Amino acid sequence: MSAVPRLAATELKLFLREPVTVIFTLALPLMVLYILNGVFGQQNPASDVDAGAPDVVVYRGFDAPDWYTPAYVALAVAGFAFIALPAHMVEYRESGVLRRLHASGLPRSSVLVSQAAVGFVIASLGAGLLLTAALAFAGANPPESPTLFAAAYLVASTTIIGLGLMLGVVLPTARAAQAVGLLAWFVSLFLSRAGPPPEVLPETLRVIGDWLPLTPVVQLLQEPWLTGDWLMRQTVVTAAIGVVSAGIAWRAYRWE
Amino acid sequence: MPHGRHRAMTPPVVEVAGLSKRYGDLQAVADVSFEVHAGEIFGLLGPNGAGKTTSVECVQGLRHPDAGHVQVLGLDPRTEASRLRSLIGAQLQESSLPQRIRVGEALELFSSFHRGGPSWRRVMEEWGLTSKVKASFGSLSGGQRQRLLVALALVNAPQVVFLDEMTTGLDPAARRATWDLIERIRSSGTTVVLVTHFMDEAYRLCDRLAVVNRGRVVATGSPSELVAAHSDGVAITFTAPNCDPGFLTSLPGVSSIERQGATVVVHGEPGVVPHVGKALLDHGLEPPDMYVVRPSLEDVYLRLVDESDTG
Repeated sequence: MSAVPRLAATELKLFLREPVTVIFTLALPLMVLYILNGVFGQQNPASDVDAGAPDVVVYRGFDAPDWYTPAYVALAVAGFAFIALPAHMVEYRESGVLRRLHASGLPRSSVLVSQAAVGFVIASLGAGLLLTAALAFAGANPPESPTLFAAAYLVASTTIIGLGLMLGVVLPTARAAQAVGLLAWFVSLFLSRAGPPPEVLPETLRVIGDWLPLTPVVQLLQEPWLTGDWLMRQTVVTAAIGVVSAGIAWRAYRWE
Repeated sequence: MPHGRHRAMTPPVVEVAGLSKRYGDLQAVADVSFEVHAGEIFGLLGPNGAGKTTSVECVQGLRHPDAGHVQVLGLDPRTEASRLRSLIGAQLQESSLPQRIRVGEALELFSSFHRGGPSWRRVMEEWGLTSKVKASFGSLSGGQRQRLLVALALVNAPQVVFLDEMTTGLDPAARRATWDLIERIRSSGTTVVLVTHFMDEAYRLCDRLAVVNRGRVVATGSPSELVAAHSDGVAITFTAPNCDPGFLTSLPGVSSIERQGATVVVHGEPGVVPHVGKALLDHGLEPPDMYVVRPSLEDVYLRLVDESDTG
């Protein structure tokens, strides 16, 4: 096996040997899906005609599980890419693992590509688990267009992992990476169309949400799931975010 | 004396001339020049922060020097770094492996970085790591880690290997074991460049060394050449209660004589020892407690560092 596949395979094994990371990244989105679906799952305007019902139409009128499932696919990928991946990369830099790889003549592309590949595999594992749980237990309907959803997933996950690589290169310490990663994940959860119904968010929070990088990514995933359509503007924005963050990861890359 | 004393017919394996490197306000390397010949253990000896590590990192193409000429195995590390890396091995200071990686996985991984070279299983066997194939890096003792890191540095069968501060933090037994490893590398025909701040290590292992301080090479030579060239000479001590040692002053090479009670100390060039002995016998003196103190590499090193500190 040549260097990059061997490095990616070894890294994957090492990740799977860290049970806390694996359980945390895989279980967190499931847990949040369970809680949010429990809290907001009945806010469906079509089925709720009681006096206490909110007078705004939430989730653009779709059922909560259908709204949340594609959004949580993005958050499952981000769970690994924002929380586990940057901390892991910074720890490698701090402890001298990257220095050792550099001394063996490995180019930076090998490190970034192998980390991205590992990220894609584990994040997809999390996304698959989430889809299974949502369809089997949370009452979500299958996507209107599975093909377009799969295509959206490829664009979305690549961009989210690009953001994770950037955090892993830019953040100075493993502690900072853990804090920033968790913060980024939770802020994305609440404000990027994946937390409380965006229609009930205060104006300020909704505007902040509009500018978060994960928002167009979530929208890109939701559209083929809910309507079977494809969002062109969000595709361009998502791809641009991916290209810029991967570019920063490449340019700012440090071995030590 | 340096004229006409060419050590090797072949061109040097490593050639460094006028190397300098600055980080911001810090002039890490000011003027470093040295040559390493095939098959020798060459040491860079100096205190922490002297510029040793930066120098070898420039030589390996891991850093770009601000100025100076560097050539390794006929290649320029600045422009031919990737070709060079397949011909050299390295154990860097402050580098590590993932705690959970297993010995076998690490060897297999690092051997995948280079085409050709021996099989990783053979390297593992050669360095006595086969029984640890499934042990994680985090579970290894300090000595076992060094053995694995040496094996990783040699997994591509390099022609030159750079070892930076191999024994810092090891207990005495593991240090000795690491010295044996380094001698084994040399006896297999690989040229070794050793970076260290331990005198005993340099004295024991190095065929030649450069003493580095404040980013400059302050002396180069074999350990015994350095001692001969940069020391005050020997001190001969004996007791002679009822005698005036003044007759020794006329001997060639004697620089001074001290008397402390019954004890006489004669300072002079290293060659003076037999002459002093003969002169004592000629005067009917046979002091049974006579001994000679030769300066150690440590004395010379401390003196060189001290002189270069004070300018």
